[in-house]
Amino acid sequence: MPLLEVCGVTKAFGRLMALRGVDLTVGENEFHGLIGPNGSGKSTLLKCVAGAELPTKGTIRFARRDITAEAPAQRARAGLSLKFQITSVLPALTVYDNVLLALQARNPISSLIFSRTRGTLHERVMHVLEQFRLVERSTERAAALSHGQQQWLEIAMALACEPRLLLLDEPTAGMSFEERRVTGELLIALKDRCSLVIVEHDLDFIRSICDRLTVLDQGNVVDCGTVSDIQSSAKVREVYLTRV
Amino acid sequence: MLTDHTAAASSNSSGSLRNRRRQVIPRLEIVLLVVFAAAPIMLADYLTVFVTRVLILAMLALSFDLVWGYSGILSFGQALFFGAAGYGVALLARDLEITSIFVVLPAALAIGLILSFVIGAFVLLGRHPPTTIFVALGTLTGSYVADRLARDWYYLGGQNGIPSIPPMTAGGYVFAEGPVYYYLAFTVLAIVYLVCRFVVRSQFGLALAGVREHEARIAFFGYEAPQLKLIVFSLAGAIAGFAGGLYAFHEGFVWPNMLGTVLSTQIVLYALLGGVGTLIGPVIGVIAIEFAGFWLADSFPKIWPIILGLLLLVVTLFWPNGLIGLVVSEQERVGSFGRPFLPPRRVAAGADDAAA
Repeated sequence: MPLLEVCGVTKAFGRLMALRGVDLTVGENEFHGLIGPNGSGKSTLLKCVAGAELPTKGTIRFARRDITAEAPAQRARAGLSLKFQITSVLPALTVYDNVLLALQARNPISSLIFSRTRGTLHERVMHVLEQFRLVERSTERAAALSHGQQQWLEIAMALACEPRLLLLDEPTAGMSFEERRVTGELLIALKDRCSLVIVEHDLDFIRSICDRLTVLDQGNVVDCGTVSDIQSSAKVREVYLTRV
Repeated sequence: MLTDHTAAASSNSSGSLRNRRRQVIPRLEIVLLVVFAAAPIMLADYLTVFVTRVLILAMLALSFDLVWGYSGILSFGQALFFGAAGYGVALLARDLEITSIFVVLPAALAIGLILSFVIGAFVLLGRHPPTTIFVALGTLTGSYVADRLARDWYYLGGQNGIPSIPPMTAGGYVFAEGPVYYYLAFTVLAIVYLVCRFVVRSQFGLALAGVREHEARIAFFGYEAPQLKLIVFSLAGAIAGFAGGLYAFHEGFVWPNMLGTVLSTQIVLYALLGGVGTLIGPVIGVIAIEFAGFWLADSFPKIWPIILGLLLLVVTLFWPNGLIGLVVSEQERVGSFGRPFLPPRRVAAGADDAAA
């Protein structure tokens, strides 16, 4: 049984059809890449899965539960976590507090008021910060981080929620080559912890971490399969030769 | 391969220690605490009565800071909760002859809490975050409607309000205005301040900071932002109601202005002048505006509102962080919610390689 099932999802913005009956399945611990030219609907599909946009038609099932009409907070509580394309860390808060904010999200409000988990979550915050090489900047404002570090912080926050499915929208955008390499290592290390759906323009990067790929073009699924299937797909080659 | 980053982490700790030493807000809090505690000893009786009023209004300003400064909810309805509770306890005293402090103050708190919960549920709950202007206009409308209702309702005394409220009592003891009422208001303000401080520095306060900074984002972590906002809005309403109860018995009468848009706007000005998001800032704002008004009304009886208005305009234009912004850094204002001192620890190597 797949973890995520997207069935016939259509999304229209007025007369513009961003997605046209898209199907997608993602299994447990599968790393799935979404690729395609600009405007092909990759980010819209990710937003529909996370709840930032509601599909015009179609259904989305996560862990056997229909989440099509659920609010983002409910989906997050079910185990979905999204990193936006545009970095959206909370710049006025410290790096530490950004991660703590994500980590404590599923605590009951009474526990938050009396700060019952502040002590117990400390070790986990530090662990996440260590993982993403941010421990030494933990007391600084998030605004003071470089762009690449802000991207890491946002991935760290998305991961801190311990999701079953992590959705990453262009996590390496604006990163240096070295930062991209480290990001790849960090993501591969998550392989046995969660599933991943990633939108990325860097095809080498996506090939290095993904098990399966789905190629989108103008809101349609062009092809779907393993990395080697997609590399040898004539349909995909045609899209990339004619549109990219 | 592991690298020992103990030294770096230690320097972090000492950095935090230095920041803590430089903190201004706790010093201001202690200074004000001492000054307010000693004020009745040094002041004439009429000034003690005046400062009692300032203390109660400071409570009202705190309630506004809680919603706007810490949660990003622009409420123009704090006067509604204040005035409604004032009218509520005045009716208890007039019609049912209930003046016991153990009934009237909890009743005032309950009126503020329930009313703010109902209005908050209307303006704050919804799938999409309400805009700031929607909340501001929604609460302002509530305040305006209540003002008009009170002015036109004979049972509530119309334009004249409810005069000659009997004083608050505790058993056989009567709380008359003067030093006793002053210390009652002072104690209540101190407790309310500590409660607010506890809330805004808790993990719940961190969630509120998330709401204030990026409400749409934190929903993707699993936060039900509308619920968080409704809780803090109701808490602030309860505080405003409590202050309204104290104010009604202190003044001995209630009138429609206590509910209306003029007082609602005045509360916003208190907070803006003092500096929002600090708790102590709005308290300073109340002191500054009330004392300036008191002095200017004596020295320039005809033009004092204009002078006060211009002063407020200058401060809000040139110091958007208010008076407190002159001495408190942005970093201290926002503060931190995690452990203040990070313990020395060992971290994985390669941290600097890529981060550099």
